[in-house]
Amino acid sequence: MDLNKATYAELNQQLQAKKISAAEVAKFFLEKTNRLNGKLNAFISVNENVVREAEVVDQKIAKGETIGALAGVPFAIKDLLCTKGIKTTAASKILSNFIPPYDATVVRRLKESGAVVLGKTNLDEFAMGSSNETSAFGPVKNPWNIEYVPGGSSGGSASAQAARMVMGSIGTDTGGSIRQPSNFCGIVGVKPTYGRVSRYGIVAYASSLDQAGPMVSSVSDAATVLDAICGKDTLDMTTAHLPKTEFNKNLNPNIKGIKVGLIKEYFSTSGIQPEVMAAVEKAKDNLKNLGAEFVEISIPLTEYAVPIYYLIAASECSSNLSRYDGVKYGYRANFKSLSDLSLDEFYSQTRGQGFGTEVKRRIMLGTYCLSSGYYDAYYRKACQVRRLLREQFNEAFKVCDVILSPVTTSPAFKIGSRIYDPLTMYLNDIFTVSTNLSGLPGMSLPFSFSKEGLPLGIQLTGAHFKEQLMLNVALALEETTEQKGRFAYVS
Amino acid sequence: MIDKKTIEHIAKLSRLSVTEAEAQTFSDQLTKALDHFKKISELDTEGVEPLVTPSEIESIWREDVFIKMNTTEELMSNAPEKVGNLFKVPPVV
Repeated sequence: MDLNKATYAELNQQLQAKKISAAEVAKFFLEKTNRLNGKLNAFISVNENVVREAEVVDQKIAKGETIGALAGVPFAIKDLLCTKGIKTTAASKILSNFIPPYDATVVRRLKESGAVVLGKTNLDEFAMGSSNETSAFGPVKNPWNIEYVPGGSSGGSASAQAARMVMGSIGTDTGGSIRQPSNFCGIVGVKPTYGRVSRYGIVAYASSLDQAGPMVSSVSDAATVLDAICGKDTLDMTTAHLPKTEFNKNLNPNIKGIKVGLIKEYFSTSGIQPEVMAAVEKAKDNLKNLGAEFVEISIPLTEYAVPIYYLIAASECSSNLSRYDGVKYGYRANFKSLSDLSLDEFYSQTRGQGFGTEVKRRIMLGTYCLSSGYYDAYYRKACQVRRLLREQFNEAFKVCDVILSPVTTSPAFKIGSRIYDPLTMYLNDIFTVSTNLSGLPGMSLPFSFSKEGLPLGIQLTGAHFKEQLMLNVALALEETTEQKGRFAYVS
Repeated sequence: MIDKKTIEHIAKLSRLSVTEAEAQTFSDQLTKALDHFKKISELDTEGVEPLVTPSEIESIWREDVFIKMNTTEELMSNAPEKVGNLFKVPPVV
């Protein structure tokens, strides 16, 4: 078994047959991570205890006990999810010394399925960014070409997975933060329906948009991770009451007669690079050969999606991030004495020094949108348009089962090439933000390559709680892609 | 138009210290971003109920039972400054 390519099912079978031990697997990936991380900067923290933790799986096997579907799978966890006893920074100076006393529900559930945490991955600070350049711990590199960004905000997870420093990774997606970096790094990334996965223990950015999901090497591995992490959690009231998912068991590549929607406004968006459209056209041909049918749909509010996304996300972030005050945990500015200090000065110095520029920019934007005199025109108005946008998607899903689209307007771009202009960076999220605003499931699937040799993916979007159908289409399409069987090379 | 004075006002509301240079940059960037975002005002949303979350949240009843999730020591362990089990802060009254 080649650990650089193995699926979870293959590993599970080899572990049970005692052909390899979980400790050996953990050692292999720990060594690889320590060797490559200097070059890619994908990890903020590496869990050097991972081998010892993997031994628990081996002991279970030795005793003849049953093991979970993720037994011995080393995971990279975005450093936005709390991990008990392991530093969780959100890639911010303000949380740079924070060690959570508990695990996020997603982390707890991965562990219950037998997974081990190999480390915590880099991200844009507080998940605010699309290039992983806003991290307080420095930019992450794309393993296909280290001069390029890995995307963001889950850039560290994408880079680590594409370089196979781990067998699985977890990201979070507020406006595209799983799908966009998965696209840039040539991996499978799934954002589940809002309400599928508990947000308990995930550092909040925009609570009505945030959702965690798998960033892995294949569709079947993604289904296995989803089965482990989805489900009702009493600690997050937004999680849906639904039967336990069996995505992996129900995977079926027969997609004959499935109706694939194409959003006409997406195809007239300005600035899409021709090779991105070529990948979507090729995917369309392949799906047609697999028996899928196509239907044109319309989402007239597409041009307003980025504005309402940023207005809502910034508003929610300004509220969520008010908790960082230097009192109970996190960074506190260095004061000579507290006794003659005003409370406002204490807060503003701590927060002014602790947050990076992009985070400050979004807190300010959100505070402005929620402030007296502007609330109705910005936040409330954006939420009204959000309802209309969701209704347009609900209408579209009456005539199609799944939507095929690009993920981004271009493949990965060079580090430093776009960071100077926030608005231009924001506008690149045109194809991903509507999914979050409407609470839909979406995914990025590796497909082909650009002329520069960078991965080009396609995006699939499903109706609410219809991940199975979306995964089935992805499974069928996966077999036909140019990227299948090709991996990023970093030495 | 988000001028520097507005930036200073928002910074105060946000409890964020910003430098002169930062205030100027934020003023330029946020003006540009809001000029673009403002186009939502052209849409007719009369009578539309704002959608604040995509999930249908239902109230759920459960037994009121005590669950101890963390110890005081664990919860205090990240405090920047503490005295015993108390967080140390500037005078608040």
